[in-house]
Amino acid sequence: MPKSSNLILNQAIVEDEWTLVSLPAGEEVVKKQAGKVVLFKLTGEASTTPEQIANTEIPASGKILVPLSVWVARQPELAARHAAGEVGVWLDTHELLETLAASVADINSLPLIAVHVERFADGRIFSIGNLLRTRYHYKNDLRAFGDVLRDQLFFLKRCGFNSYLIRGDRSAQDALASLGDFTQPYQGAVDNNQPVWRRVNRTAPH
Amino acid sequence: MIDPRAIAEIIRQWSTFHPEFALLPRKFKIAVSGTKEDRAIIQAHDIGLEFYHDDQQKIAIRVWVGGGLGRTPILGSVVREHLEWQHVLTYCEAVIRVYNLHGRRDNAYKARIKILVKALGVEEFARQVEEEWQHLKDSPNTITKAELDRVAQHFTKMPYDTLPDHDAGFDSAVASNPAFAAWVRRNVHKHQQPGYRAVTLSLKTHGQAPGDASTEQMHTVADFADEYSFGELRVAHEQNLILADVKITDLYALWEKAKANGLATANIGLLTDIICCPGGDFCSLANAKSIPIAEAIQMQFDDMDYLYDIGDLELNISGCMNACGHHHVGHIGVLGVDKDGSEWYQVTLGGKQGNDANLGTVLGPSFAADEMPGVVQKLIDVYVRERTAEERFIDTVRRIGVAPFKTHVYGEKKKEVAHA
Ligand code: SF4
Repeated sequence: MPKSSNLILNQAIVEDEWTLVSLPAGEEVVKKQAGKVVLFKLTGEASTTPEQIANTEIPASGKILVPLSVWVARQPELAARHAAGEVGVWLDTHELLETLAASVADINSLPLIAVHVERFADGRIFSIGNLLRTRYHYKNDLRAFGDVLRDQLFFLKRCGFNSYLIRGDRSAQDALASLGDFTQPYQGAVDNNQPVWRRVNRTAPH
Repeated sequence: MIDPRAIAEIIRQWSTFHPEFALLPRKFKIAVSGTKEDRAIIQAHDIGLEFYHDDQQKIAIRVWVGGGLGRTPILGSVVREHLEWQHVLTYCEAVIRVYNLHGRRDNAYKARIKILVKALGVEEFARQVEEEWQHLKDSPNTITKAELDRVAQHFTKMPYDTLPDHDAGFDSAVASNPAFAAWVRRNVHKHQQPGYRAVTLSLKTHGQAPGDASTEQMHTVADFADEYSFGELRVAHEQNLILADVKITDLYALWEKAKANGLATANIGLLTDIICCPGGDFCSLANAKSIPIAEAIQMQFDDMDYLYDIGDLELNISGCMNACGHHHVGHIGVLGVDKDGSEWYQVTLGGKQGNDANLGTVLGPSFAADEMPGVVQKLIDVYVRERTAEERFIDTVRRIGVAPFKTHVYGEKKKEVAHA
């Protein structure tokens, strides 16, 4: 029996229509600091090689979610499928949104953008979601995947995400419940830009 | 003076479960101050908000970013000289967004915003914030006057009695009782409400761990709060307790009871009002014990008249570079260091909290525990020798520099093997 889907879209668990295209493993330069392996890449740090991009295997048909670097470098071969609405793009939290924005005339021609969060503690994903929605006016599906657990979900939603691929060893059903963690947030964010004092009339004490 | 509490409360609400800043590279602290003296050490916080009246008498905020103590002590820099209060949330969002995206996450020691500000340079950092802010400015998180007024109503004044600001009984007690007068001078503070004063209860009894209070003392203090100060008690970061609203007519009775309970040492702001972290006696991160050093210094300077003669002086002790005792901003700072498994103490000079904050300068090689009271004594000797009339310790240090102190302290140590 196939494992049930771990993908949440809006408020429901759905089957994933998209095939994730990954880069082939490259020569990862292991950086160490004070004896510890460096786990985070800095924002803007280049992390893929031309060989990796060239060697990335793109499935011949169906909806594909391709890495930003592959999208940028191999656009001619993806153009027809892009026009057919079958190309989504994913980026890592250390990659620059400017690169994505510059690579496509109309960001809303992408039916799906996904952000890969390598480690739970990497909060850059929240700012990326916010910027995609408010600065770049992206309107289609915005997905978080990678180390995505229920504790991020409410925040991701508030930052403009509407799709979450929960880490394989966790239950998407459980995670779904957390989307309703708080009924009334204090501050305006992407999902609702009105802070509490513009939404609710909180009368003065007596 | 500006009361920034309502805006601070709005900031607190805004920051609670803020979705975009739920997982910053590291911890993040915002300090708010509305007084000229700055008792919040805003320059040692990730964001420091200094409220002031601008030349149109409107409330404005000077924004400091990138301060912090700990192993990399840095004072904050001004990224914006004048911010209208309405914009404080959106401006903080811009600051924190730049940090969230670009702050280092690969090395916990380099992940604080102070490192980012240093790496980019404050001008470039401020430029990036400004650019970001242009997109956020005037967005719905801009605070409205109505909301400020609504929140401000929660910060009501105490139900003060209408009183004259003088009391004959109090004046004659000050005149006739020198011990009471000394306590009033050091531990009692001005109040905006006529007939009231704020009182600092000293937890700095000489020879006792700074900031410690026994169960019995805490019960007594709770009773003081109920009886004399509308049931309210405040804790100062200098490790003392404050009764904020005491009637002048109650001061003498309060002093007598406080004295009987060991809470009236008249040493607030003096050398023995030491800020001291728990150190090696209690803290598993410590390099060295700090409480015994504080106690030894207090016993060395147990003569109150001598203490009054020395005057205002802040001495801060931390048991390791985490700097919980704020040693960097002590006029005299003491830091516990570990050398080959034994405890040593590094002394800094010339640190200061407040609007004219400063980080202390390391005096030289560190000292053994039993040398410390003598070292402080020598620093005081130089001050007493060099000071001009009415000059405070910190001002003498600023005027003559660290060198004369260094010479006096290390002069006789020259032949010994340097420890550091
Ligand atoms: S400064 Fe160091 S020793 Fe002192 S309380 Fe902090 S962590 Fe512990």
